Amino acid sequence: MFRGKVLWTLLAALTLVATLVAACGPTPTPVPPTPTPVAKPTIPPPTATPAPTAPPKMKVAFIYVGPIGDAGWTWAHDQGRLYLEKQLPYVETTYIENVPEGADAERVIRDFAQKGYQVIFTTSFGYMDPTINVAKDFPKVTFMHCSGYKTAANSGTYFGKIEEPRYVSGLIAGKMTKSNILGYVAAYPIPEVIRGINAFTLGVRAVNPKAQVRVVWTNTWYDPAKERTAAEGLLDLGADVIAQHQDTPGPQQAAEARGKYGVGYDADMSKFAPKAVLTSPIWNWGVYYVDAVKRVKEGTWKTEQYWGGWKDGIVDLAPIAAFVPAEVKKLAENKVAEFKTGKATIFTVFSGPLKDQTGKVVVPEGKSMTGDELLNMTWFVEGVVGTIPK
Amino acid sequence: MKLTLRLERRLTPSRALGFLIPVFSIVLALCFGAVLLAAVGKNPGVVYQKMFSGAFGSRFGLTETVVKAIPLMLSGLGVAVAFRMLLWNIGAEGQLQIGAFAAAGVALAFPQAPAVVIIPAMMLAGFLGGALWASIPAALKAKLQVNEIITSLMLNYVAIYWVEYLVYGPWRNPKGYGFPGTAPFSPAAELPRLGTSRVHLGLLFGLVAALCLYFILRRTKWGYEIRVIGENPTAARYAGISLTRNILMVMALSGGLAGLAGMSEVSGIIHALQRGISPGYGYTAIIVAWLAKLNPWAIVVVSFLFAGLLVGGDQLQISMGLPAAMSNILQGAVLFFILGGEILVRNRISLTWEK
Repeated sequence: MFRGKVLWTLLAALTLVATLVAACGPTPTPVPPTPTPVAKPTIPPPTATPAPTAPPKMKVAFIYVGPIGDAGWTWAHDQGRLYLEKQLPYVETTYIENVPEGADAERVIRDFAQKGYQVIFTTSFGYMDPTINVAKDFPKVTFMHCSGYKTAANSGTYFGKIEEPRYVSGLIAGKMTKSNILGYVAAYPIPEVIRGINAFTLGVRAVNPKAQVRVVWTNTWYDPAKERTAAEGLLDLGADVIAQHQDTPGPQQAAEARGKYGVGYDADMSKFAPKAVLTSPIWNWGVYYVDAVKRVKEGTWKTEQYWGGWKDGIVDLAPIAAFVPAEVKKLAENKVAEFKTGKATIFTVFSGPLKDQTGKVVVPEGKSMTGDELLNMTWFVEGVVGTIPK
Repeated sequence: MKLTLRLERRLTPSRALGFLIPVFSIVLALCFGAVLLAAVGKNPGVVYQKMFSGAFGSRFGLTETVVKAIPLMLSGLGVAVAFRMLLWNIGAEGQLQIGAFAAAGVALAFPQAPAVVIIPAMMLAGFLGGALWASIPAALKAKLQVNEIITSLMLNYVAIYWVEYLVYGPWRNPKGYGFPGTAPFSPAAELPRLGTSRVHLGLLFGLVAALCLYFILRRTKWGYEIRVIGENPTAARYAGISLTRNILMVMALSGGLAGLAGMSEVSGIIHALQRGISPGYGYTAIIVAWLAKLNPWAIVVVSFLFAGLLVGGDQLQISMGLPAAMSNILQGAVLFFILGGEILVRNRISLTWEK
């Protein structure tokens, strides 16, 4: 066991010395000018300094939590990235996939900032603190974090009201169920997911008050096998429509294998389970990416908490399956038109009377939940069967 | 007559080969990777140069490599001391989580405490947390001869879900909009960092731990006992060495070091308890300990090099536009070739004609 001791010890000593010299050596000199905290919020964040000659391309980076081939969340963001490249010829993009949400994220985001990227989109909730930490040190870089709540002068947030198409998908699902039990494979018990479950359930119960929506938590965004197993559990309970807040079509495939229906998410999932998928609430991130990057380029970008709806085009509903009866399709399409014109919104979906799971009226008739209440929502509406860890 | 290939155990593994074969294995792994990279249309030389400079070629890369090496080093040392005694502690991941949980509990309970009090308290809590968690499989092994591989592995899931339960439930930050994760620690509970980098005091924990472990194993009666049990358990029993006591103590030390790794992650890097505090450090530590042949100093070096492989892997995507899977393939190839080469260090190949 101790044969190679001398050599190893020598190697160890050498590397250590090298590390320490490199790490503690000339600290102040080679570092880029010590980042000062962002000045006053009144000063618009500086953008790319206009070069005198033909400006180099604007570099935009995307950090993804899953692989771009997940056919869901990350895929939808990557479609947005490609759309951005196509729409704005002066933009050059790079992405990194499969970045864990813990300590690794900060390193990756910082690396992009150091490499001269001017705009960095971080596309998962767990990147919130790392994004803010890096933004502090790179005041000239614009950061945009998807789905969080912390901002800085050069770091905004963005998200969309996916609950609007989710509500419509609920209308369809409520009409299609025969057992009156619908299953919902859900990632994490956080407001974003809870809101989606509630919107779906409100849609279901608007057309089918006897129906119930059963929720299973997977505690993962991305795990095709686990998502599928969770859906199978719900199918065993008698569910005949499987909705999901997960990053892959696993639950849809489980539904198809049993000859049941499903509602996808993130992207049109009908390719993966053509006989099951009724429709899918989908993201059009590209709409926002083009708009935001344009504003950065023009110098009009200011820190913001963007929360776009169907009217803005950031969310939509994938084409409704051909096997859905015409009258159900008609019902859904009428509602879609209302959302697209802004007559219906997330606030009309979450308007009173709203009861919680115990039947208690939480939002009285004539009142509507506020944006802040929705962003903090940690209770289920009546009709949901499941618990939120307290 | 047929030609047979046979592996014969070397009675005295060659020292020169012990060094040359791993180096040769890495070269082979890189050649293997080069073929793949060429197949997807990238110049392997450029890719390897980017990876190397990403991990070691700049101050930022180097410090980030050290940051990544700290948890690998601490839990690698923990795993190694148990392996020395042929105790297969696969539970470093869980012990790390429980260490992080215990340290976070102390930090959250005493937000007013000054750094000189809270940091040592968190270290103690982290170490004890990991040690107690490891004592469960240790006690089952010592008293009931329950296989510690299974119990320590299974307890990883219990620990991970326990932390998830806390950060989604009772410990959730009330100001966090319902999102999971505890409130941030007070600044006093954050380990000091080196300059503007993320390198934190945990590096010192790792180096001191390596020194202590080296000293314990080489210079103390306890270390002697551990080594004897590891070399020959039957002889150890005849010599009157208590197996029960050593199982309990070694597992406690092993788990304690992993717990300290968890403490240094939450206190040095994340500054809160949240899910995903470890992307599998406790499992990677097993590989690190094994590659280092369980030698404490070698673990320091190997964890640094392994961290470099992980950090440099970023560049495959950032600079080269390769998919994430490619860096996993390269890491896997390096491991595969090194572990394969191990066989040649311990054995020689003989080709003989047989009737």
